Amino acid sequence: MWSNLPLFPARASSMAGHVDALYFALVAITAFFTILISALILFFALRFRKSRSPQATQIHGSTALELLWTGIPLGIVMIIFVWSSVIFFMQTRPPKGAMEVYAVGKQWMWKFQHTEGQREINQLHVPVGRDVRMIMTSQDVIHDFYVPAFRIKADVLPGRYTSTWFHATVPGRYHLFCAEYCGTQHSGMVGEVVVMEAGDYDRWASGAVDGSLASAGEKSFQQYGCSMCHRADAAGRGPNLVGVFGRPVLLDDGRTVTADESYVRESILNPGAKIASGFKNIMPTFEGQLSEEEVIGLVAYVKALGDGSANLPLPVNEPNSGTYPVAPKAEGSAAKSDKTATPPAKTVPAKPAARQ
Amino acid sequence: METANSEPKTNYLNADYGIKSWLLTTDHKRIALLYLISITLFFFLGGFFAMLIRLELLTPAGDLVLADTYNKLFTMHGVVMIFLFLLPAVPAVFGNFLVPMMIGAKDLAFPKLNLASWYIFIIGACFILYAVVTGGLDTGWTFYTPYSTTYSNSNVVAAALGVFITGFSSIFTGLNILVTVHRMRAPGLTWRRLPLFIWAHYATSVIMVLGTPVLAITIVLVALERLFHFGIFDARMGGDPLLFQHLFWFYSHPAVYIMILPAMGVISEIIACFSRKRVFGYDFVAMSSIAIAVLGFLVWAHHMYVAGISTYAAMIFSMLTFFVAIPSAVKVFNWTATLYKGSITFETPMLYVFAFIGLFTIGGLTGVFLASVGIDLHVTDTYFVVAHFHYVMVGGTVTAFMGALHFWWPKITGKMYPESFAKLSAVLVFLGFNLTFFPQFLLGYMGMPRRYHAYPAEFQVLNVLSTAGASILAVGFLLPMVYFVWSLQYGKDAGPNPYNAAGLEWQTASPPTTFNFEETPVVTWEAYNYDEIDAPNKGVEVAG
Repeated sequence: MWSNLPLFPARASSMAGHVDALYFALVAITAFFTILISALILFFALRFRKSRSPQATQIHGSTALELLWTGIPLGIVMIIFVWSSVIFFMQTRPPKGAMEVYAVGKQWMWKFQHTEGQREINQLHVPVGRDVRMIMTSQDVIHDFYVPAFRIKADVLPGRYTSTWFHATVPGRYHLFCAEYCGTQHSGMVGEVVVMEAGDYDRWASGAVDGSLASAGEKSFQQYGCSMCHRADAAGRGPNLVGVFGRPVLLDDGRTVTADESYVRESILNPGAKIASGFKNIMPTFEGQLSEEEVIGLVAYVKALGDGSANLPLPVNEPNSGTYPVAPKAEGSAAKSDKTATPPAKTVPAKPAARQ
Repeated sequence: METANSEPKTNYLNADYGIKSWLLTTDHKRIALLYLISITLFFFLGGFFAMLIRLELLTPAGDLVLADTYNKLFTMHGVVMIFLFLLPAVPAVFGNFLVPMMIGAKDLAFPKLNLASWYIFIIGACFILYAVVTGGLDTGWTFYTPYSTTYSNSNVVAAALGVFITGFSSIFTGLNILVTVHRMRAPGLTWRRLPLFIWAHYATSVIMVLGTPVLAITIVLVALERLFHFGIFDARMGGDPLLFQHLFWFYSHPAVYIMILPAMGVISEIIACFSRKRVFGYDFVAMSSIAIAVLGFLVWAHHMYVAGISTYAAMIFSMLTFFVAIPSAVKVFNWTATLYKGSITFETPMLYVFAFIGLFTIGGLTGVFLASVGIDLHVTDTYFVVAHFHYVMVGGTVTAFMGALHFWWPKITGKMYPESFAKLSAVLVFLGFNLTFFPQFLLGYMGMPRRYHAYPAEFQVLNVLSTAGASILAVGFLLPMVYFVWSLQYGKDAGPNPYNAAGLEWQTASPPTTFNFEETPVVTWEAYNYDEIDAPNKGVEVAG
């Protein structure tokens, strides 16, 4: 019977112990106060029942007691506040050097892209003993990436990246749930996280793929004509993207932002929002032209340019200088596929993008 | 003052006959009864949805109803229970009935506005019911965007309009109570002599008047985006889905206090009566209501720790949320201390008070888990949250509502309820409630997400327990329906003050006459003057 009735979730990440420790402390506090109050009520109700206490003694109150039972709970909750905030900081600050996995949520499935190039649906393979940072977005409504065994949860929003991280400690298969209600098959938007021994994971990750995520992004970079302006030489009309990622960028309004995933994403989909200093607001938006997977490829490529693990393609001479290069029409009908490593070209008719 | 032997023949119930005399009444007591009948129907409608939810969750597979149907069931359960039952439950029924009587007034300050608020409530309810019968609503009661504005195929606009309209009835009730408490207190009834029920309703009314308009605005924006594709919340149209959550919770968190504060007022009245004592620490209990109302407006983003707000924002809201725990704790300690050296009897309302204090303590302390950002990351959007808010809303508000219904039933109808059946149902409610919702804490920590139509098999045993508890709970709520109706005909005559309770409402006939008091009372005593009432051989004005 008890084997069918687990009362506690598996503990499979470096975070789980911290969360559980605070949880047990709070369970103890809750039990203490609940028993205290219940016992007092029971005792008073019996001791001062009418048959034993025919006449009540009027007591108006006691400021000392009020201060006591204001002060003690206040002290307790402030300790809990500090304790829980420390855990929260660990949870929201991914360690440097974490491997990265991109996730796209859509009604009603999870799509994962590894930087090595693997793509998965509703299954996420990760190695044990390594920090893994999830960079996530949604294609439609709000979803939520929740792995109870890791004690982590983060909403996955349309139109922006959110992230979370974990460090799996025990190989195994763990539930992955969508925890934010997302429509008809919300309870079907589940999957599993497969935590593998490092060697097994390396073998899995080096399986047949056409190329890394960054190389897929590089192809998009050329296909959509990004390379015509974002050039390595000074002739580019857009900023040279080599070495940009992860560093501060000076904007033309004097502000400085850090070139993180969200900034790169925004610069692709809403280029006018933050203009790098010294450049004009001439880039057209790629909103509606790129799938979330393609944007992720481009982000991974820009990131690779940032740490020198990729190079810009050779400058191409524009045949029609003076007008803005437009995204070429997709050849054939490369339908969107979740399993292929080649980024699917969306069959959107290239819009003549006017110079702004 | 009345005495038991001079019960007047006419009272507010028989002063006038015919359906018109009820539908056009401006008597706060009759309007309270209109509300009571309406919300009771909605309570059982919401309960019916809840039973279907629990039956579906008996088995891990989604096999009783379709996924879409299930989503509509939990949405309609939430919408009906919150907007059509919990929000008006105590203030619009007992607040309406008792506030004028407790302060020695003939009626609320704006009797016609009071009647209008009931009609507005019913019109809003009709829109919500219309949405139910024309395909339902599947957004969850929270209407999160962009699902509600762009992706849902259900009747969002009709339901949202219904919620929008019922909001105005809430504002009118709040306004009426505020003005009544300020302007219509009997001579001698100073602020510090007010019953704590009045303080709680005053604090509640402030939230109703200040918070509800924000909900109305939010709903209008949802409708604009859904109908006319204004890009407000949908990222693809340049909007921000988090903006919706900020606006929604700015109202809907304080709304939790609209539901619980008046219930706390009820507890103070009942516990004083059956302990025969003044409420311990009157000033602190009164001020904690105000503190909850104020702090309640500053904690909305604790619903959004994992939603994508910044780390520091989450921490600030976490800290403020911990502060709200303090005034709630102060109330619990003061109620407990009230029992000390009392002369305690165990009538049904008192049993509900004991249940309330125990369940609210658990509900409040599990709120501390959720206030802790580090734990909330694991348990938010799971059954832990479901269990927590049912401990507060059902264990707290509904328990207090049942206590109030029994306590003031003799005043409302002039008849006593049958004590032994009432005690039985109180025990059933307490046991059934705990069996229903306690397993959900365990489910939540194990990671079962809320709003799941189907779930992994390892969660089944606890779900079966929960469903079993729900059926006991259902019996505990149906039984009073039977004996309350029975008591109207066969109940013992109550007399003006069956519990020998303090408070002006007990100094009138049961049921009271239309204008409550034959002459305006003059108050020369503090609230809960049980020492004077119970003093042996001492002539007290209160009939006994």
